[in-house]
Amino acid sequence: MNCIIIDDEETARVIIEQLCDQVENLDVIESFPNAIQAIKFLNKNDIDLIFLDIHMPDFTGFDFIQTLKNPPKIILTTSDKNFALEAFEYDCIVDYVVKPITLTRFTKSIEKAKIFVDKVAKSQQTDTIATENTISDTDLYVNIDRRLIKINFSSIAIIEAKGDYIQIKTDTKNYTVHSTLKKIQEKLPDHLFLKVHRSYIIHIKKIIDIEDNSVLIAKDVIPVSRSNRPELMKRLNLL
Amino acid sequence: MQEAPNNTYIKQLANGNTAFEKKLIAIVKREFPEEQAEFIKNYKHKNYMAAAENVHKLKNKIGMLGMEKAYQLAIDFENDLKVEKTILYPEFIVLLNQMEDFIMNL
Repeated sequence: MNCIIIDDEETARVIIEQLCDQVENLDVIESFPNAIQAIKFLNKNDIDLIFLDIHMPDFTGFDFIQTLKNPPKIILTTSDKNFALEAFEYDCIVDYVVKPITLTRFTKSIEKAKIFVDKVAKSQQTDTIATENTISDTDLYVNIDRRLIKINFSSIAIIEAKGDYIQIKTDTKNYTVHSTLKKIQEKLPDHLFLKVHRSYIIHIKKIIDIEDNSVLIAKDVIPVSRSNRPELMKRLNLL
Repeated sequence: MQEAPNNTYIKQLANGNTAFEKKLIAIVKREFPEEQAEFIKNYKHKNYMAAAENVHKLKNKIGMLGMEKAYQLAIDFENDLKVEKTILYPEFIVLLNQMEDFIMNL
């Protein structure tokens, strides 16, 4: 877990650095005497945790939190117990410690923060997996006559634009679907499919042969536009 | 003020790290007189809100020196200053002098 410290008082910054030193797997990346400097830093760096003093001249800790779009987890450090209620109105605030901070209290606070930081990391991981699944899944469902029909990517040879419709030609059957090439292209895995012409997307593993301006897939000759030819050639395993 | 300042917190925090202890003491020796002077200046100019801010900041050092009763005095004085009440000033000045003596001899 990495962290930064924001406190206008040097004594406080040095004390928190020392406390961090005594906790395993907690790295202080930077300490700042004011929130403005910290904002600049946060624009360029990912941080798990911030130790934030509330009571700072000009720009308070709460002012600072309000400037952050996706605030990391925050532990408030303060000499004032009166802000506790306000503090917990912010989801990003995981704890509130009163100075002078003891190691026992600090360790408790870190344990709390760790639970929150781990939760965020896990949810980000889940989001990534979900996104990857949407893009690289093995099939897609198309809506035909109010039925959702599953089509495996491996069975698709050609997709042809036909006005407001697309025709998906598979090894066994053709499907006409109300959609566009652009929409279906977003659902197809890039490494298998390529738009070779404004009206055609092809499964590149199903190419039988290539002539100057066309490819043969099954029994269909598909035109290849000049602008798409270089990309097609790049994707082929040429001898 | 019956309570005497002590360096128990600093020692516990340093956990045997004398380099850290020296560093912290050096910072406190530099910061405390500045904060003290700032408070006195604001108080003398009847700038009580600013003086309350100064007392707020001094609370951390009062706590660091293990002075629990004095910490409460500082809380009360800070609140008083916000409403321009100055009755605790003499007691607070005694506290600051006591802290100054202790810090400068650390």
